[in-house]
Amino acid sequence: MREALRRVSIGYLVLAATAVAYLVVYTSRLGRFPTSFDYLSILNTTLPLVFVAIGQSLVVLTGGIDLSVGGMVSVCVAVTATTVSSSVFWLVVVLALGTACGALNGLIVAYGRIAPILTTLATLSIFTGLALRVMPVPGGSIPQEVRLVLTNPATPTGLIWLGLAVVGWLVLRRTRFGMRVYAIGSDEASARAVGVPAAAVKLKVYALSGLCSALAAVFYVSTTTSGDANAGNPFILTSIASVVVGGVAFAGGRGSALGAVAGAVALTLVIDILFFSGIDPLYQSLFQGLFLVVAVLLGTVAALAARRRRQA
Amino acid sequence: MTETSSMAPAQQESGSQTLAVRASGVDRAFGGVQALRDASFAARPGEIHALAGENGAGKSTLIKVLCGLIKADRGTVEIFGTEVSRVVEPAARRRMGVATAFQELSLLPDLTVAENLLLENPPRGRLGLVKRRGLGPAAEEILGRYGVDDIDPRATAADLSVAQRQVVELVRVLAGEPRVVILDEPTAALADRQVEWLAGHMRQLRDAGSCVIFTSHRWREIEALADRVTVFRNGTHVATRDTLSEAEAVTLMSGRSFAGAYPELTTVPQRESALRVKGLHSGRLHGVDLDLRRGEILGVGGLAGQGQRDLFLTLFGAQKARQGTITLDGKAVAIRSTKDAIRAGIAYVPEDRKAEGLFLPLSIRDNIAAATLSRRNTAGFVRRGAERTAVGSIVDQLSIGKGRSTNRAVDTLSGGNQQKVVMARWLLTDARILLLFDVTRGVDAATKHDIYELVGKLAAQGRAILYYSSETEEIAHLCHRVLVLREGRVAAELAGPVGDAERIVAASIKENHDA
Repeated sequence: MREALRRVSIGYLVLAATAVAYLVVYTSRLGRFPTSFDYLSILNTTLPLVFVAIGQSLVVLTGGIDLSVGGMVSVCVAVTATTVSSSVFWLVVVLALGTACGALNGLIVAYGRIAPILTTLATLSIFTGLALRVMPVPGGSIPQEVRLVLTNPATPTGLIWLGLAVVGWLVLRRTRFGMRVYAIGSDEASARAVGVPAAAVKLKVYALSGLCSALAAVFYVSTTTSGDANAGNPFILTSIASVVVGGVAFAGGRGSALGAVAGAVALTLVIDILFFSGIDPLYQSLFQGLFLVVAVLLGTVAALAARRRRQA
Repeated sequence: MTETSSMAPAQQESGSQTLAVRASGVDRAFGGVQALRDASFAARPGEIHALAGENGAGKSTLIKVLCGLIKADRGTVEIFGTEVSRVVEPAARRRMGVATAFQELSLLPDLTVAENLLLENPPRGRLGLVKRRGLGPAAEEILGRYGVDDIDPRATAADLSVAQRQVVELVRVLAGEPRVVILDEPTAALADRQVEWLAGHMRQLRDAGSCVIFTSHRWREIEALADRVTVFRNGTHVATRDTLSEAEAVTLMSGRSFAGAYPELTTVPQRESALRVKGLHSGRLHGVDLDLRRGEILGVGGLAGQGQRDLFLTLFGAQKARQGTITLDGKAVAIRSTKDAIRAGIAYVPEDRKAEGLFLPLSIRDNIAAATLSRRNTAGFVRRGAERTAVGSIVDQLSIGKGRSTNRAVDTLSGGNQQKVVMARWLLTDARILLLFDVTRGVDAATKHDIYELVGKLAAQGRAILYYSSETEEIAHLCHRVLVLREGRVAAELAGPVGDAERIVAASIKENHDA
């Protein structure tokens, strides 16, 4: 039991703490408990980040980083908002586009042996440029049918990301691919030496991150009902923050996609807490950054304490 | 040297019979260092083939080329007659039946033992999903098949001892029932009993028709196990023989003849106590007392895992003591961190250089200077000239890297030279107490000899040395006094040089029978 408790990722603790803070701030400000509408709004605003964070967590677990998620979300948002209104078939195209963008990252990182941070910094710029080319001014729309399916108040969206979290967990924990992801993050040279096809696995991981970004973009457009070629930018920091707050080791090999989901929800709650506390939205990024630093410090201290205990 | 031995083995044996492994004309350089030079090697199915040579002779590089981890700059590699030089991917070699246990070990530290063993072939349930609950039992079954019962399959690999990691690495390789088994220094971390265990399995694989290739620095293992021996020197094939005496082998390996095994213990410890430990409890230690004098080489013996490691780590401040006092030069001190230890004049040279001692991508000079940077420092800038002088003289003294530039990265050096770099770093400090933990592990005979002489020299300077080695022979010959640890206590004290390792072994196990 104590072992089980120790394994609980810091992400869940942070999520629980922020959820409590959210409830306290909300009720003290508005004098009532949050309604189902509030919960739904949280779920809707979190969902894109949850997607991106799952993709990011896969990449970070291999010891890499994907800065281009911002660009991939942007370009997919732009394409979705300008095309999907004409035919739902374009949805498939958008998902393929995101996957292709991610695969490009993967090819460069895995076969070109260029550091992930450089590769994805460069492709971030490329993808953002493409997004601006597709959609020079904000606008566009998404068909009502798609919107209704994706954000129908009668079918709680929460189920979607619960499902997603389960899929993410299954992929990482219950497939050989998942085991290989951890192996590469733990020690890539050793993983190769024992027969893990590291390059192929990394290619897949980056492609999946692209797919996750595309999914995020589709949900983003259906909740905001319009697109913007810079829509993806905030996801760079927030997805990395979610992964780190969620307890994924930045050097790779340790952590889980579920933790990243918890981190993503916690991070979104922080914005809501700021909103209800009446803090100027200008300071939003400042407080998100602070939250990130505090959460990471807590995680480090907890890990150190656990190590001390183990050694004693 | 005979006619046949100077001929490349690939030429000798072409045609007659399909070879399991054949490399010919292989070149491979790292940076400016030519690790392999027109190297050839051939091994047949159904034989145990030893690969012998000094550190830096190119054995490990050849093994990495054979198993597909690195690419040869030139030359060909064939596995069962199929040319594979173009495909540099260990996964592909594995599919051809080539499995390798690496000297630096390739266990994934964050994964459990079970995950490490079953990474590429996990038990699956419905929908092809991995049965996580099945991992533990499946790993237990595999370990059980090889008679290993003291390793928990659910433990994280990073938490295992070096010997345990080595055993897991070997089981991982053996369990695949490979047609070609390559074992690089498989016995360096193993106790004698485990060496027997490994030898049994190697013979079994050979008898089943597999080709078993291994390297070792212990000649008696090569003698006992190998059907044939290939000797490498300076990155190239020197000879392949069915039988080879140790003296011949050493001459072939070094290109010169080689004197006795251990230097004579000529120094006498001083009176003054340098380090005194009373009632130390830490990790597996349950009340250790010791008194280390200046100029003394004090050996720490005993079976593996009796708390030797805990003792060294605690004295170096890397592990917390639960109880006990440490006195340096008569003054009680608290060592709470490695920083405290270094400031108090204690230096620690570990066995696992890669993980604990070296900055591999940095140069020899940077590595040696690392512990004494503040001494050659003006307003925050390192005085490079002074550094070059200080490092240069110590490098010459220890003959590190055969007189090549100290700007070379440490990871281009062989294992023995890397170990010398770590020792050189501490020599530059004024460390009065040296904790040497299995420093000769995986080091060739000539370098070992250099290290023994160096240890003697350090003691003669008045430094106090605590010495542990997994080779009991060393402790028996090098130390003024030997403490035998058993179950976390000092069970016996032997006056040195003990000479006969059997006496230490006997003291290590004596009371186990009574208990």
